[in-house]
Amino acid sequence: MDYLVESLWQALILISTLDRQLLQIIVTSLYASICGVLIASCLGIPMGVLVGLKQFRGRRLIITLLNTLMALPTVVVGLILYGLFSRQGPFGSLGLLFTPTAIIIGLSILTAPLIANYSLTVVVGADQRILTTATTLGASPLQAKLLLIREIRFGVVAAVVVGFGRAISEVGVAMMLGGNIRGSTRTMTTAIALETSKGEFAFGLALGIILLLVALLVNLLLNYFQQKT
Amino acid sequence: MRYLIKPLLICTFLFFSSVCFAQERLVLATTTSTENSGLLQILLPPFEQQNNIQVHVIAVGTGQAIKIGERGDADILMVHAKAQEEAFVAAGFGVERFDLMYNDFVILGPTADPAGINESNDAVAAFNKIVASGVPFVSRADMSGTHIMEKQLWQMAGIEPQGRWYVESGRGMGEVIQMTTEMQGYTLADRGTYLAYLGKTDLIIVVAGDERLFNPYGVIAVNPQRHPHVNKQGAEALIDYLTGQQARDLIRGFSINGQQLFFVYD
Repeated sequence: MDYLVESLWQALILISTLDRQLLQIIVTSLYASICGVLIASCLGIPMGVLVGLKQFRGRRLIITLLNTLMALPTVVVGLILYGLFSRQGPFGSLGLLFTPTAIIIGLSILTAPLIANYSLTVVVGADQRILTTATTLGASPLQAKLLLIREIRFGVVAAVVVGFGRAISEVGVAMMLGGNIRGSTRTMTTAIALETSKGEFAFGLALGIILLLVALLVNLLLNYFQQKT
Repeated sequence: MRYLIKPLLICTFLFFSSVCFAQERLVLATTTSTENSGLLQILLPPFEQQNNIQVHVIAVGTGQAIKIGERGDADILMVHAKAQEEAFVAAGFGVERFDLMYNDFVILGPTADPAGINESNDAVAAFNKIVASGVPFVSRADMSGTHIMEKQLWQMAGIEPQGRWYVESGRGMGEVIQMTTEMQGYTLADRGTYLAYLGKTDLIIVVAGDERLFNPYGVIAVNPQRHPHVNKQGAEALIDYLTGQQARDLIRGFSINGQQLFFVYD
């Protein structure tokens, strides 16, 4: 037990002094996750809304596909993109492997189905009378849909939060596509994995605590905005 | 859509700024022993400052590092499996192999030494004793330089390692030392990583000094004829630096707990 208490104490010291190395890792993590989730949102939300509102052939298939993709293992995304981004792969000339950009692309692929699926559920669950009411009051179909999205914005934000949660906590994509490069692609999760392997439990623990704090902070912020609107 | 425009703009800006303001980049694929021991954090900064190059270190097993080099995903390799390195150069993937430094492998075991190896200097005999005792042996099993060395030793001992006692972990050196500590078994480790973990493990060296346990590190630039995109100048500059006097002094002066980890050729 002493050992754990000792590590925890060192972790708290590391956090309070805000070690420069630690800070850089946190920034990299946030940067990659936020960019990844923003791209995923731009893809996922419209897709979810579209599939939720429109009736068309193959809709059930797309929903099943989205559900399946939610279970996409992070290492599989990592593996496929690794093959694509490697110099031997089709996108090799872009030189993306082992860069933050590769992580961002991986994270957006990982979280887009999640966000789409949650958005879809929210849209389906919303009061569909909004659409008819809006159109009878003279709104164009597009305006009516925007109104609907406005009405369900809490749910959509929740979808984005879930995506962010997955992005910031995953380790497979960041490790395989980023390469865990100090000062460049080392994220909180890959750093925790590395520090554990090095036996530096205090540093790993400090990062673990910060990871949770960041999640808490993001949720508090969103909560604040939700109550404000 | 109004809500989306601002975050999108910020995102694109961040995206491009990270691309545009980047320093010259040199990707070094290396083994976990050089990075985890802390050597590279001492060795690389002077080079980075002198040449205004940022060295991006990918620390993996030697086998994986060589694969990364073959695919052209790194500019330069720093690894420790001489036969594989020479094959890499012979196949045209690398320009030339340069000797960098060396240390040795050691066999680690619990203080009680249940296999009764008793601080010998015969690695092959020790492997036989470990098998006879049935005490767990933790293997890297990841085609790292250490794993390749281990396989050669099993071959010399005439043993095909398999069974409950043979733990194929597939993990890095540090993790394997920790696993071995937890399981109170035996393992083969490079001395540098073991010294770096001294405070975190109670394993002791049971075999050292066998000349078959020599562990040379080499550095190879990835061949620009094979992969035209590689940072040729950067890789050449790094090799010049690493084989030069300043780097040799840094390697010689690098120690943990008063013990020198790596040695340079005179």
